Amino acid sequence: MAGATQPGPPASGRPGNGPNAGWKPVAPALADAARYGLIAGALAFPILALRAEPDFSNKLVLQPRWSWMLFAALGAFLIRLVFALAPARAARPKPTAAEAPSAGARTATKAFAAFGLGIIVAWPFIVLLTLGPSGALKWIDNYGIQILIYVMLGWGLNIVVGLAGLLDLGYVAFYAVGAYAYALLATNYGVSFWLCLPLAGILAAFWGILLGFPVLRLRGDYLAIVTLAFGEIIRVVLVNFSALTNGDAGIASIPRVTFFGLPFVAGPKGFAAWFGIPFSPIHRVVFLYYLILILALVTNLVTLRLRRLPIGRAWEALREDEIACRSLGLDTTKIKLTAFSLGAMFGGFAGAFFAVRQGFVSPSSFNFVESATILAIVVLGGRGSQIGVAAAAIAIVGGSELLRELDFLKQVFGDNFDPTQYRMLLVGLAMVVMMNWRPRGFVSSRSPTIFLGERRAISADLVQEGRG
Amino acid sequence: MTTLLRVEHLSMRFGGLMAVDDLSFDVRRGDITALIGPNGAGKTTVFNCITGFYKPTSGRIAMSPQGAIDGARLDALTRSGARGGGGLYLLERMPDHEITREARVARTFQNIRLFAGMTALENLVVAQHKPLMRASLFSLAGLVGAPSFRAAEQAAKDKARMWLDRIGLTRRADDPAGALPYGDQRRLEIARAMCADPVLLCLDEPAAGLNPKESADLNALLRSIRADGTSLLLIEHDMSVVMEISDHVVVLDYGRKIADGAPAQIRSDPSVIAAYLGVPDEEVAAVEQEIGA
Repeated sequence: MAGATQPGPPASGRPGNGPNAGWKPVAPALADAARYGLIAGALAFPILALRAEPDFSNKLVLQPRWSWMLFAALGAFLIRLVFALAPARAARPKPTAAEAPSAGARTATKAFAAFGLGIIVAWPFIVLLTLGPSGALKWIDNYGIQILIYVMLGWGLNIVVGLAGLLDLGYVAFYAVGAYAYALLATNYGVSFWLCLPLAGILAAFWGILLGFPVLRLRGDYLAIVTLAFGEIIRVVLVNFSALTNGDAGIASIPRVTFFGLPFVAGPKGFAAWFGIPFSPIHRVVFLYYLILILALVTNLVTLRLRRLPIGRAWEALREDEIACRSLGLDTTKIKLTAFSLGAMFGGFAGAFFAVRQGFVSPSSFNFVESATILAIVVLGGRGSQIGVAAAAIAIVGGSELLRELDFLKQVFGDNFDPTQYRMLLVGLAMVVMMNWRPRGFVSSRSPTIFLGERRAISADLVQEGRG
Repeated sequence: MTTLLRVEHLSMRFGGLMAVDDLSFDVRRGDITALIGPNGAGKTTVFNCITGFYKPTSGRIAMSPQGAIDGARLDALTRSGARGGGGLYLLERMPDHEITREARVARTFQNIRLFAGMTALENLVVAQHKPLMRASLFSLAGLVGAPSFRAAEQAAKDKARMWLDRIGLTRRADDPAGALPYGDQRRLEIARAMCADPVLLCLDEPAAGLNPKESADLNALLRSIRADGTSLLLIEHDMSVVMEISDHVVVLDYGRKIADGAPAQIRSDPSVIAAYLGVPDEEVAAVEQEIGA
């Protein structure tokens, strides 16, 4: 458990960056490592060493776990010692203003992207063929659909945060609007999913504009706080407006998705009977997988297209310098509103999909943690980068799902050890390490939208992050 | 020569500070007009009022992109309460982006404000937002890649290319603006403002930080812009630039106009000399009495 108990990112206190420095002298390194060990031990005392357990009469009894504390301190000491003694890395050369990737590197990237897309398109069948219908369900649903929802949400938020540079902490509100739009329209009026999907997008875009108006004058931290509040307002309304939303209990038995009118049921009128294949619940899951895949790809395609249009360039210019935008006759009000509403629209689509997939929506699905996760995906992936955001969604959502599969650790730590308890701890640690390693995300460079000679990536050092 | 921009009784107050106090002057079409004065005289505040970044406390700023400013029509427009009409605009009533789009006044900044993470070419294309947005039918035609939009985009690219050629940055078109040397950034910012298609270009200290060679190149560029029919209003500290290229000079001190005229006339004006070199207050009063100010 050394990884979980370590107090800080190991990379934070990197020794000096002098070039050609050999191994460091031992004494100061030991002192440094001892300091780290002490801090880790002190932190571990309340966190790990003191454990309160209820006894038979349900009273809390303190069970000290001194060995855990010792392990934590020792672990931190050793890791720090290795870092302190290791030869300093030669100072990384500062990236030049424009780094031109060679033609070979670019074809390699393209080939990799095509390969990745191929895997994603073929994923349900790969899993079905290797694991069979019963084993594949989890891998298509939890890993496929779940990740793709977040990819789509990440791409939607990327318009607002990545391109326009407006920090939005309440994105989940639009996801909720889309989900409830479908849930309410379908359960109350029996409107079909295919009609609800555009409606959910339009409604979410409308709410995006509503949010946009009051926050137009706000920038940076202030904008973030107001969007955060907006996300909470939507959730609290969903909880308290019970007459419409059924409050905390949520809306159940939402009509499931149909294959253009053919329900995925066992009966003679079902999808399986129509196509003359044996019924299996996996049909619906595979269909949902391709549905969200298409929705996500449409989001991506539209965003990539918009980026090369005047509106997309205006978003990026707004992120770079709002005052300069105004001096060039760009109406920053409209530009912000389009960014908010388009981002919200894709959130609404994803919300409608979420509702039709779950068949149940409740306010607890739309809390702040969701907004934070989506924002983390965008930031970790690299603001403005579509491929980076997709990679980050796979890493964060897929990674935290994968951490549920740590049962083998029981063989190491004994049967009392519950690995799922440490899941979020490990996710957090991984993110700290990642952001230290790549502060601007997986893909931090920016690709120009128009060029005279040759398209060259722009280093992140020059690209602004936007101040709202 | 007709009057392009008329500033009348302009005042701007920040709390207790009167940054601009009852300032009136004209900018004539085809002129290079210089606004000079010691630090803190209120020059940039005047710029910010003209370009809509500040709302003046009082006063009127009239702009006529095509024709001349006619006093009677201007008064009628002022009374009507409208922002503009009949080719006449009241800038103090317009938001900043409309001043650039409708009244066709563009500006640069004292501290360069390029889109640092976008290429030089992109900077120039962003400035052509209005025609491109119209050609893309508010992104609809652009989304489907309509030929009319492609043509408009090519035209925007050609115009940007023309400006890159003019400022000698064609080779660096695809480099991020933030990576260009300082002098190039200054010229690129001027080219970007010109891509917004202004009739009046306002430059806030364009020669600041330039070496003598760059400064001479800048003078040539500004002259060529004037020759193409765009009038210029510039704030400048470098007297050699001011005296060499400007046709008309307005001198500010403590927010008030102390002189207004041709460069030769300004050079010998005792109140201007006093403001720049500094003399005891009694002497200024004496000088002012002498010249009847």
